[in-house]
Amino acid sequence: MNEEIIDLVYIVAAVLFIVGLKFLGSPASARKGNIISSVGMAIAVIATLFTKGLNYELIIGGFVIGGVIGAVVARKVEMTSMPEMVALFNGFGGLASLFVGWSALKNEPSPELFFLATVFLSILIGGLTFTGSLLAYGKLSERISGRPFVYMGQRIVNSSILIAVVVCAVLFIQNPADQNWLYLAVGLSLLLGVMFVLPIGGADMPVVMSLLNSFSGIAAAAAGFAIGNILLIVAGSLVGASGIILTNIMCKAMNRSLSNVLFSGFGTVSTSSGPVVEQGEVKPMSADDAYYVLEAASSVVVIPGYGMAVAQAQHVVKELQELLEKNGAEVVYAIHPVAGRMPGHMNVLLAEADVPYDLLLEMDQINPRMENFDVAIIIGANDVVNPAAREVESSPIYGMPVINADQAQTVFVLKRSMASGFAGIDNPLFLKENTRMLFGDAKESISTLVSEFKS
Amino acid sequence: MDIINLVFIFVLAIFLGVELINKVPSTLHTPLMSGSNAISGITLVGALALAGSDNAMVSMLGAVAVGFATINVIGGYMVTDRMLAMFKKKEGGDGK
Repeated sequence: MNEEIIDLVYIVAAVLFIVGLKFLGSPASARKGNIISSVGMAIAVIATLFTKGLNYELIIGGFVIGGVIGAVVARKVEMTSMPEMVALFNGFGGLASLFVGWSALKNEPSPELFFLATVFLSILIGGLTFTGSLLAYGKLSERISGRPFVYMGQRIVNSSILIAVVVCAVLFIQNPADQNWLYLAVGLSLLLGVMFVLPIGGADMPVVMSLLNSFSGIAAAAAGFAIGNILLIVAGSLVGASGIILTNIMCKAMNRSLSNVLFSGFGTVSTSSGPVVEQGEVKPMSADDAYYVLEAASSVVVIPGYGMAVAQAQHVVKELQELLEKNGAEVVYAIHPVAGRMPGHMNVLLAEADVPYDLLLEMDQINPRMENFDVAIIIGANDVVNPAAREVESSPIYGMPVINADQAQTVFVLKRSMASGFAGIDNPLFLKENTRMLFGDAKESISTLVSEFKS
Repeated sequence: MDIINLVFIFVLAIFLGVELINKVPSTLHTPLMSGSNAISGITLVGALALAGSDNAMVSMLGAVAVGFATINVIGGYMVTDRMLAMFKKKEGGDGK
């Protein structure tokens, strides 16, 4: 096939990617959109295979190994492990861009300045996406501690690494024959990825996931510039834009700037600031009492957080929802944008448990109606329902938009113990007059409620 | 191709991406991430040509890139499909 035809196929592929993303705009058409996008990918790859002078043995080898790994992981992964899996795949995307850039460089006997600069970008961004995503994977899967790792002079160290990379870039571009600068830059960009994710704690993971997602797209676009492939540029920038928007949404949902998330190691700096404003006592409640309140309730809102994922409680929650509905109550779910460890984490878990997506309400939809709900059940969420964000100016999360669970008639908090949330911030919600604590594993507590309803 | 043309396309694609993604509801953010991740596996297309080089170093690096990009593409699309298959509307509910 000659190059013009391949380029025409690339245009079709780009259109399919765009249409596919457009269809992702609604849950009803989203699955179709993903299939359209995958068709775009398939025809782009098939057309490329007709390029003259390919080494099919190596390509088939790569296809088989990569395809088997991808397919097995995609089929086996648990829905609760979705954040770490997305992080891992993201890292592989970055690594692929690094290798494409590197390979293109070796393939070019007399590189020009623009080529060198874009190759360098694809290697740098690809490299830091790879190690950053691997570290995020480690933190999310709890292979390593999810607590932020902060030390004195962190910003200075990170900035120095970045400057060193730029210096390597300049030295390398001036003298492309000397590859040592390139290797040093590869090493430094891998290091930068680690250093950049280290200070970020579990609760801030949605931001980092979005940002790394964006980087993997930008790295692909940079590789596209390097090898002069328009399809890589278009597809890469679509992904880059998507990640940037998600990052922005996540930052807004926490009322923090991106640099604050990236550099401040939330919760470690300002834990002991401010006096305890709220006075009151924690009122524990038995499952029996909870059952009587729920039985009388005519409207219930469920507010899930990361704790629901940890306890794998989504299926029993769905069971409770059905029993409450049978009992005549209205049940909805309120999802905070940063609940869980990645954007949309709670929605996927509840979808897995067969909860219809039209019952999942966003923060802005639920807050104006909150006082009309008889019961708010908080399952493993903490900071996203913390009224201190509205009321206590000295609180580190003051100003963050939260779900106003405290305005419901009665609030049930399902919690393992009285330990404070991830960020180590006191939650006055637990001390409010209308709050009852249901201590224990969320899954067990809800199972108990479910069996009370059944008996 | 002219550098300026490539940059032109890049800028337009970013704007298009922003317009498209802004319309994605938050309930679909996880599938959006994994689906866009699969799209970023488009580097596969670049890796294919490089894997065919006569230079052993180039083709080896290219082949490794083919492998990783394929994981991204196959795994990304499959897992996104798995997730999206689970998103259901309320049975018998009114259509939107």
